Amino acid sequence: MTTLDTRPIHDEVPGNYLTFRRGLLSWLLTLDHKRIGVMYLIAVLGSFFVGGVMALLVRTKLLWPGEVSWMTADQYNKAFTLHGAIMVFLVIIPSIPGALGNFVLPIMLGAKDVAFPRLNLFSFYLWILGAACAVYSLLAGGFDTGWTFYTPYSSQFGAGGTIPVLVGVFILGFSSIFTGVNFIVTIHKLRPPGMTWFRMPLFLWALYATAVIQVLATPVLGITVAMLVIERAFNIGIFDPAMGGDPVLFQHFFWFYSHPAVYIMILPGMGIISEIIAVHSHRHIFGFRFIAFSSIAIAIFSFLVWGHHMFTSGQSPLMNVLFSAITFSVAIPSAVKVFNWLATLYKGSISLNTAMWYGLSFIFLFTIGGLTGIPLAVLSTDIHLHDTYFVVAHFHYVMMGSALIAMIGGMHHWWPKMFGVMFNETWGKIACALVFIGFNMTFFTQFMLGSQGMPRRYYLYQPEFQIYHHISTGGSYIMGLGFLITAIYLIHSLFAGKKAPANPWGGASLEWQCTSPPPHDNFSTTPRVGDCYDFSAVSWDEKQQGYVVDTEAHVAAAQHGKGH
Amino acid sequence: MSHSASHADSHGHDHGHGHGDHAKYPFLAHHFDTPLQQFESGKLGMWVFLATEVLFFGALFVMYAILRFKNPEVFSYAANYLDTILGGINTCVLILSSLTMAVGVRAAQTNKKGLLTVCLALTLAGAIGFLVIKYFEYTHKFHLNLKWGQAFYQPVTEADAQTAKVEPAPVANPVLAITSPNPSAGADAAATVQLPPSDATAIVAPKSGPDGVAPPAMVAASNEAMHVGHKTGPHLLDAEMPAKTHQFFAIYYLMTGLHGIHVLIGVGVIGWLLWGSLKGRYGSDYYTPVDLVGLYWHVVDLVWIFLFPLFYLIH
Repeated sequence: MTTLDTRPIHDEVPGNYLTFRRGLLSWLLTLDHKRIGVMYLIAVLGSFFVGGVMALLVRTKLLWPGEVSWMTADQYNKAFTLHGAIMVFLVIIPSIPGALGNFVLPIMLGAKDVAFPRLNLFSFYLWILGAACAVYSLLAGGFDTGWTFYTPYSSQFGAGGTIPVLVGVFILGFSSIFTGVNFIVTIHKLRPPGMTWFRMPLFLWALYATAVIQVLATPVLGITVAMLVIERAFNIGIFDPAMGGDPVLFQHFFWFYSHPAVYIMILPGMGIISEIIAVHSHRHIFGFRFIAFSSIAIAIFSFLVWGHHMFTSGQSPLMNVLFSAITFSVAIPSAVKVFNWLATLYKGSISLNTAMWYGLSFIFLFTIGGLTGIPLAVLSTDIHLHDTYFVVAHFHYVMMGSALIAMIGGMHHWWPKMFGVMFNETWGKIACALVFIGFNMTFFTQFMLGSQGMPRRYYLYQPEFQIYHHISTGGSYIMGLGFLITAIYLIHSLFAGKKAPANPWGGASLEWQCTSPPPHDNFSTTPRVGDCYDFSAVSWDEKQQGYVVDTEAHVAAAQHGKGH
Repeated sequence: MSHSASHADSHGHDHGHGHGDHAKYPFLAHHFDTPLQQFESGKLGMWVFLATEVLFFGALFVMYAILRFKNPEVFSYAANYLDTILGGINTCVLILSSLTMAVGVRAAQTNKKGLLTVCLALTLAGAIGFLVIKYFEYTHKFHLNLKWGQAFYQPVTEADAQTAKVEPAPVANPVLAITSPNPSAGADAAATVQLPPSDATAIVAPKSGPDGVAPPAMVAASNEAMHVGHKTGPHLLDAEMPAKTHQFFAIYYLMTGLHGIHVLIGVGVIGWLLWGSLKGRYGSDYYTPVDLVGLYWHVVDLVWIFLFPLFYLIH
């Protein structure tokens, strides 16, 4: 199967994973990681649509500084809470590991499946159940606590749907944990002979670091929301100050998970960018070990910085100083990655494909997102910026401009592999440009809003801020148009797209060495492993309209080049 | 794994050691090459899952530590309402069931199927026994109205309400004195020390006696209560009950309840193992589930080993 590229392209491979079995049940009960990945993709993109509509509603309301007739302050609170909760718990956290990771990880390892296929399907259905709880909470009165569920508002006040959505978050947490367990074991135990840790694609390093955080941080969120549910239902007095409880304790528990969760969101995105940058500039990734270890370093740092969310919550000054200092040090591994990506681009032969456009957008937006984190980590400036639009802009640059852009870039990168079709590159670039411009219009203005003192989550605002809100809302519409175009050409490609070759971009890792779309078992024999970033044995094949990897030369080069 | 047979057929000859194993071992899933790889994957997966369990309970232990640090008098007082004898018996039951589980795993590895069944049955009995004892402990506390939240301050009977004259709201419950015997000094009243105030305004200084030392009568009463050990009377009638005592029971029910749920899950999976072992499913070539459930059961046991002293023994 490693020499699949010798087949003529129009030769239908019997039984790729999409045609392996037919019928709805064959999908719903599948244990195939690729089908589970595709189901995750559909589910996540559906949630992304709902969360996006909520965002547009919120932005549209903010065109006017005063009250509007079509959205009350209560509805506004519910809309932004729903936007935040959906985007965090249903979209960004499961998106890359659940959809792309599930699909690509075993293939990159040359394995037939993840270590625990049943657990994998179970984790998908837990996601569905968690999403169902969120939907139920809407019927039960919605929730308006903000996605952070701060006590005592969430434990004593808040709309009627608070408990169902907390139960949903608890369930989604376990979905995330089981994915993490699965990935850790798969990476440890199912690597083919010859794939050492330092032969492993960087996307897998990133997924591994992510899985470690998922496994160690998520249970704390689980027990925290469980305690919050019990507190709300029975008023047992652990978070309620009137009963002697401590509401700031909730914040500590919540951020002990939710800060690492930020890295659950960004790390897999960084992994995708490492793949995209290397493959599309056809150049060996610069500083492999630095990128690999910086993922692990970020995972470790992620557990030590949660207190920076509580600089203004009455934490002791000593703790503030310590948390501030450790927060600064996160900049080191993040910058190591950015510099290595830039060095990879240097003198590469860059193909400006749509995926690469997203990759370059990521580097730009992530740099802004990362650098604007610094004034928030400085204790003195944070007093001014805390809970303003500056924070909103900062985390949107990281969560959306980076994590989500990487997810969409990765979708374009692996789309031919997943569905065996090519999408329209021209429309892809137009959409990417719209998203990039719209995104910066939306959120760069919010840095200005925040630094001038506009607090986040407010329904009413001073008229002097209106011009910024107008630009911001205009940007969000442009972004929405970009995503709409993306949805149209991607769906169109499924039905009318050109058939994809096995290796359209010239990648050298294992997923490009099986057919597009892959067969049910990925590889009939365990493939031989070379250096996945050595593109010297990759060449363009006119007949197939795709790249081919000379496996013998590729593996031989890796064995020969062991010295450096 | 319905496809495993067909894979063994089609690939059995063209590739090394791996695929031949699929025909030989019906339990080998299609995506693993060897039974060893499958076993090691399962084991690693279980260990990683148990790491999440430790973090899951970890947050509650942190909460315990924080609440205890803030209100030490609550914990040393309220622990007297827990039945150390029953708790001790339960500890023994769980440790013994862990032993039978460990012997069971060894029995599976050495292919002693009869011994495995006996051990699993004993472990199951231990798990159920633990829950039965826990049930009696809980119901006893419910009768005394040692519940969570506001319910803690509901008098058990009308008569109690008359005698106690305690408002249901916890903030209104006056702190008469905060006293605690020094454990090293035994019943020596002079060694009784006042604990550092956690909330200065909530403390009413004793009317008689030197600063920082409770009046002798009160100390005697409190010492008697402490050293008789188990308290059984209605807590609202007890003048020495510190404010926020309800927090002890909130965290007690949270932690032992979550542990109880894990024991309940243990009953389920050990029962499933027992069923499989009666059908002769496990032996020296395939004992992964026995091994994994064993690991789980030891962790459940271990959590209780921490819970028991934290709630029952430290005064």
